[in-house]
Amino acid sequence: MNRFIRKSFAVNLGGIRVRSRCLCGAAAAGPSGSIRQSNHGQEQQCSGTSIAQYDIAIVGGGMVGMSLACSLASMPLTKHLNVAIIDSNPALVNGIRINKQDPPDPRVSTITPATTSMFRDIGAWQYLQPYRHAYFDQMQVWDYTGLGYTRYHARDVDKDSLGCVVENKVLQSSLLLCIQNADFQKRIFPSRLVSMSLNPGLKSKQMDGISSEISRADLAKLHLSDGTCLYAKLVVGADGSKSQVRELAGFKTTGWNYSQNAVICTVEHASENQCAWQRFLPAGPIALLPMGDNFSNIVWTMNPKEALDRKSMTEIDFVKTVNHALDHGFGPHPTSSLLGKGNIFSWFGAGVPTSGNGGFEIPPKVVKLASERMVFPLSLRHANDYVSKHVALIGDAAHTVHPLAGQGVNLGFGDAFALSRVIGEAIAVGMDIGEASLLKKYEAERKPANIAMMAILDGFQKAYSVDFGPLNILRAAGFHAANYISPLKRSIISYASGEQRLPLFT
Amino acid sequence: MASKLLHRVRAVSARLKYSRTLSPTLAAFASSRLLSDVAPSASTSPAPQSSGSSDKFEHNAKSSSVRSSLKDPELAKFSAIADTWWDSGGPFKPLHLMNPTRLAFIRSTLCRHFGKDPSSARPFEGMKIVDVGCGGGILSEPLARMGASVTGVDAVDKNIKIARIHADLDPVTSTIEYCCTTAEKLVEEQRKFDAVISLEVIEHVADPAEFCQSLSALTIPEGALVISTINRSMRAYATAIVAAEYLLHWLPKGTHQWLSFLTPEELVLILQRSSICVKEMAGFVYNPLTGRWSLSDDVSVNFIAFGTKNSQ
Repeated sequence: MNRFIRKSFAVNLGGIRVRSRCLCGAAAAGPSGSIRQSNHGQEQQCSGTSIAQYDIAIVGGGMVGMSLACSLASMPLTKHLNVAIIDSNPALVNGIRINKQDPPDPRVSTITPATTSMFRDIGAWQYLQPYRHAYFDQMQVWDYTGLGYTRYHARDVDKDSLGCVVENKVLQSSLLLCIQNADFQKRIFPSRLVSMSLNPGLKSKQMDGISSEISRADLAKLHLSDGTCLYAKLVVGADGSKSQVRELAGFKTTGWNYSQNAVICTVEHASENQCAWQRFLPAGPIALLPMGDNFSNIVWTMNPKEALDRKSMTEIDFVKTVNHALDHGFGPHPTSSLLGKGNIFSWFGAGVPTSGNGGFEIPPKVVKLASERMVFPLSLRHANDYVSKHVALIGDAAHTVHPLAGQGVNLGFGDAFALSRVIGEAIAVGMDIGEASLLKKYEAERKPANIAMMAILDGFQKAYSVDFGPLNILRAAGFHAANYISPLKRSIISYASGEQRLPLFT
Repeated sequence: MASKLLHRVRAVSARLKYSRTLSPTLAAFASSRLLSDVAPSASTSPAPQSSGSSDKFEHNAKSSSVRSSLKDPELAKFSAIADTWWDSGGPFKPLHLMNPTRLAFIRSTLCRHFGKDPSSARPFEGMKIVDVGCGGGILSEPLARMGASVTGVDAVDKNIKIARIHADLDPVTSTIEYCCTTAEKLVEEQRKFDAVISLEVIEHVADPAEFCQSLSALTIPEGALVISTINRSMRAYATAIVAAEYLLHWLPKGTHQWLSFLTPEELVLILQRSSICVKEMAGFVYNPLTGRWSLSDDVSVNFIAFGTKNSQ
């Protein structure tokens, strides 16, 4: 049996070497292969000896999955790993072409300074740099009641910026270029995951007595929609909120759908916008994020019926409603004091430098729509477990949040980097990377951080779903407190920029 | 003073051997090495070193057959749980939890001593390491993944079988050489290793000084030796015995005998006499909130020592 293992290992190694060299060839062949495989046919197609073995199989080659691959490729302890990336998106093999002249895509992410520095560490930033990415150093949040507002400035936390707005396709392509240029054993499977057995050897042995399968008892076996099978020590589910890995591994989730949709689009101003704006309206928040070159991105949360109306109305009417929502619509502009002249919060700020808390400002007018309008349903979902033996979930597969503060993808990147670090630590002490005790360490690190952020965002959402006088005043008081009490404000900004845990939750 | 202590240790261990019953969690800590190392030497007990090693080994061979007939119920009990060696939530859980911390110490000391690259995934490439009292192989396998060519020895046959089966699951660890034998036997076979590692074993052997002589004999000149054990301190009594055995029930009552523990000073002295110079020592502390072990300067309970063999 021993000899058999060594032999098959040698075969695998050979196969891998060849494969990484002819990645382009596989790429070309990939999308043309039709996906007509049905569930019952797989077993016959996977013959024992030819199945390749990988250290890690990343299911989902989106931003989060690719960032994990890049991070693994960048660390000395993990760069020798042999990784399979499974995603049916043809862009992964064909590459992503970005025309710098095109107006920005409405699918954007606000990446925090913490994420930016992670991108630098893994070497993906250099591929992002040439493309459009807009830093902003100011943020204004206010609500429709006209009772409160708060303005943040990067100077408040001694930073150059509060965040950076980047199109998802730019993030995705920079990670893809980064992994393609890395000296790293990877293979991209342009396919979908169909089924997964976490204890394949034992099962097969009982079923048909194939003795060769015994040697694989400690691996996960994956079946793909194109009939390919592969073994992996660790399967990472980076396949989004409807994660197939999560379903197949039997992880339960907790969550609910908000009866809300988000309308997203790119808009154009007469001049450049350099501030992130967010206004809470009765039906949900509207955010205006700077995209550079006079462009901004809009994420507008509202009930599903309204969303359909807004999507189908004429462009001119839509621009009008956007300007209305960002200005006088639904309520007056807030004044700078809550209770007339005797502002109860003014003396909190007395001893603290006010650091350029400008007064309330009105966002720049939108002059025209620059992209199609897209509508997405919103939900909150959290996997009760992130890990089990041989399986780990990262990104939206583990947690889907309200897109309120653009935190979703940052949490996902945080997961990817934490997981790769934990894998590196495990390799340093010679542990098996599929070991559950090791993976638990990743879960212990990320779960509290993710749950805290989800609770805050959900709380915000709930606080604004009620229009009730006293509550409005309380919310406004919250804004005032946040605007004037500097230490609190500083910690809110740090938290939102992904740098520290909110003291309450640590 | 040290010799007085050794006498006491010897006496206690001999007593232990007959009074103690082996249960699942004992094995977790003692890793069954008790059986392997104690049984033969305890029966020959204070046999003078000069009696000639060949005699002793013949005796070993005999006593092991005697032992298995004597200890049948315990061996059966142990064999029943040997299958759970690799269940990280099973009876060996304390050892699994401690493993990364022990390996971190071994990695950093050996990398420094042998001038290996600590950022490499396989820093021990080209090194020969022996794991004395390997149990189910939970230390041997990580060492093999770190690039070493590993020999794991344990006197319990079932342990070796489990270790073999588990190691064969992964091509990287299938290269480990497992033998059902003792350190003394390896000495007789004139085996030499770059590094000799024996964790949580010495507190269970009948004659620590003799055991250290054997470990030293297995080490090449300028080679390394790593030993971990429990301190004979009041805190060790309180935590390793009162808390672990009586309050938390991690270990069955009677697992450890406080008197058979060695203090760091005693260990250093014994090793010195075996031409091993202890260069570094660290303690393990358990954080009950996180459930994890970490390295510290506090050697008052669990500690690990790294030494090098003199060149002559």
